[in-house]
Amino acid sequence: MKKRLIKIIIALILFIVSLTINFSNEWINKGIYIVSYLIVGFDIVKKAVRNIFRGKVFDENFLMTVATIGAFAIGEFPEAVAVMLFYQVGELFQSYAVDKSRKSIANLMDIRPDYANLKTENKIEKVNPEEVKIGQEILVKPGEKIPLDGTITEGKSMIDTSALTGESVPREVKIGENILSGCINKTGLLTIKVTKEFGESTVSKILDLVENASSKKAKSENFISKFAKYYTPIVVIIAIALAIIPPFIFKNGEFIDWLYRALTFLVVSCPCALVISIPLGFFGGIGGASKQGILVKGSNYLEALSQTEIVVFDKTGTLTQGVFEVQKVNPIGISEDELLKMTAFAENYSNHPIATSIKKAYRKEIKNETILKTEELSGLGVEAKIEGKEVLVGNEKLMQEKGISYTKCEDIGTIVYVAIDEQFVGTIVISDKIKEDSQNAIKNLKEMNIKKIVMLTGDKKEVSENIAKKLGIDQVYSELLPDGKVQKVEELLKEKSEKGKLAFVGDGINDAPVIALADIGIAMGGLGSDSSIEAADVVIMTDEPSKIENAIKISKKTMRIVKENIIFAIAIKIGVLLLSAIGLSTMWEAVFADVGVSVIAIINSLRALKTN
Amino acid sequence: MKKNFKLIGLDCANCAAQIENAIQKIDGVKNASVSFMTGKLMLECEDNSQDEILKKVKKVVKREEPDVEVKEL
Repeated sequence: MKKRLIKIIIALILFIVSLTINFSNEWINKGIYIVSYLIVGFDIVKKAVRNIFRGKVFDENFLMTVATIGAFAIGEFPEAVAVMLFYQVGELFQSYAVDKSRKSIANLMDIRPDYANLKTENKIEKVNPEEVKIGQEILVKPGEKIPLDGTITEGKSMIDTSALTGESVPREVKIGENILSGCINKTGLLTIKVTKEFGESTVSKILDLVENASSKKAKSENFISKFAKYYTPIVVIIAIALAIIPPFIFKNGEFIDWLYRALTFLVVSCPCALVISIPLGFFGGIGGASKQGILVKGSNYLEALSQTEIVVFDKTGTLTQGVFEVQKVNPIGISEDELLKMTAFAENYSNHPIATSIKKAYRKEIKNETILKTEELSGLGVEAKIEGKEVLVGNEKLMQEKGISYTKCEDIGTIVYVAIDEQFVGTIVISDKIKEDSQNAIKNLKEMNIKKIVMLTGDKKEVSENIAKKLGIDQVYSELLPDGKVQKVEELLKEKSEKGKLAFVGDGINDAPVIALADIGIAMGGLGSDSSIEAADVVIMTDEPSKIENAIKISKKTMRIVKENIIFAIAIKIGVLLLSAIGLSTMWEAVFADVGVSVIAIINSLRALKTN
Repeated sequence: MKKNFKLIGLDCANCAAQIENAIQKIDGVKNASVSFMTGKLMLECEDNSQDEILKKVKKVVKREEPDVEVKEL
C-alpha cells in the first residue's frame, strides 16, 4: 500500500509541474504527462493487456486503459493523467477502507485463543489449543482467554462472557461448574478439565458460524450480482454506439467530441461500488449482531428478519424460565413455614419437578428420621407419616378421595393441596416463572409493527392464557403435542403476506421441526447447547427474549444501509451517464461516479457494524 | 464433500463475484460461494472426482485473477 502511495505522489508532482509550467516545446509538457501516467497507471495497463489475451474485455483495468489512452489520442493529455491519478487514489482509499472494515470485524471476532496452559505431570506447558485432548487439565490465569470448554476442578473466579453473549456484567464461576471457551477469566486462577476438543468447542463453532455466514447470500446480493453482469456490457455497447453512430447522423458533429463522451461512459461502466458495498453492509450487520450475542447464520436470514410479520414464541424455556417455582403459599390454621415444611418432608423421596420446587422453596434441611412412612398414590399425590402426624399432599382429587373438606384455590398454576390429620391446612401454588424481560420484549416487538405475536405451548389452557394475557400476546394455542406445533405454524405461514416472514423462537432442544419449518428459526439460550446452534438460523446466546427485538432492529438498519447504497450508487451512475451522453459531464465526474461512489458506499456500510 | 479455501490476494469485490460464477459452472461442483470480506471460498462438490475438480478450480481462479493464490484450509 505504501508503494502505491509513493507512486501516486510522484505522479502527482510531475502532473502539477507539467500543468503549471509552460515549456518552450509543448512536447516536453506532453512527455512529462506521459511519464506521470506511466508511473501511476502502468500496472493497470499491464493487467489490461494481460486480460485481453484471456478474453476478459469488460474488466475494470481494461476500461480505464481504453478511456485514458483514448483521451491521449484525442489530445487531452492532462485529462488522461488526471483520470488515472484520481482512479488510483480512489482505489487506494477503497482498499484502505475495506482493509479497515475487515480488521474491525476481525477484532470483533477476536475470541480465538492462541494457546492453552496444559498441566502435565510436573510442569505447565504452553501449547496450541488444538493439541489438548479431552480429560486433560489446563490452567487459565486472570486476564487470559478460556481456550477450551470444560469443567472447573480448582479455583473460583469472575468471567467475562461478553464476547459470547454481549452481556457486560461478569459472571461468577466455581468448582464443578461448566465453563465455555471464548470467555475471559477476570480475577482468579482456574484449573479446568477439558470436556471438548478445540474443533468442537464453543469458540470454534461460533467463529466458524460467523465467518461462513456471508456465504449464504441475501436476495439483494444476488440482485446486485445479476445487475453487474448486465450493466457493464450494456454501458460498453452504448459507449461504442455513442462513438460511432451520432457522427454519421449529425453531419456537423465532431467525431472527437462523441469519442470523448464514449470514453467517459467507459469510466462509469464498472459496477464496483455496488458489488463491494452490499456484502460489506451485510457482513457488518452480522458482525454487529454477534457482538450482542446474536448469531445470524447468513445474510439471507438477516434480510428475512427485517421482513418479520409474525413472531411465534414457544412458552416454556423461551418466555418463561422453564423452571417450576413456588409462587404462593396459602396456609389455613397453621404457619406458612409449617405448611412448607410438612409438604417438603412429605415430598422428600420424590423427584417430580413439583416436589423439587417445594423442597427448594423450603430451603432448610429435611430430617429424614422424622419421616416414618411415605406412600405414593398414583395420580393423586403422597401420603406420609411425619412427626407422628398423617400428612396428605396432592391434588384436589386426593382431598375428595379421602373425604376431606377443602376450599378450592383459584390461583393459576399447579395447586398442591395439603391436609394434616384429616384437617385441610392450605395450598401451595407452583408455576413456571415468566422471564424478567419477556413483557418488555413483547411490548417492543408490537411497537416495531410486528403484525402478530403468537404463543404455542403444550401446557394447560388456563395457565397459558394467563401468561399470554400478562405478556400481551395476541394469540395462544395451548395443550399442543409436538406435531400440533408444526401444524399450527403451517397454518400461520399461510396467514402472512407474500413478502412477510414468520419467525419462530424456541429453546432449540425439542422444537427442531418447527425451527426448520419457520422462515426464520430462532433458538434461544444457545450458549453451550450444540443442538440449538445447529438447528437454528439465528441463535441467541443468552436467554433473553428482548434480543429478538435487537436482532430485528439490526436487520432493519442493515437493510436500510444496503438499500441506500444501491440507490445512491445506481442514481449517481445513471446521472453521470446521462450527463455525459449529452456532453455535460467530463471524465472527472465519471471517475467520481466510479471510485468516489464506492468509497462513500463503503463508509456507509461500516455503519452497519455499529449496533448501539 | 465440503471444503474451504483461502483466496490470498483477493482484493476486488467484482473479481470475487466473477470467480464465484466461474467456479459454479465447473462440472461436479454443487455449490460454490466466495466471500470477498473474508477472502474465503466455500466449495461443495461431488466426492468421486475431487482431485480433478480441485485442479479445475485452481485453473479457473488463475484465469480470472492471476494474482490470487488458492490455499486449502
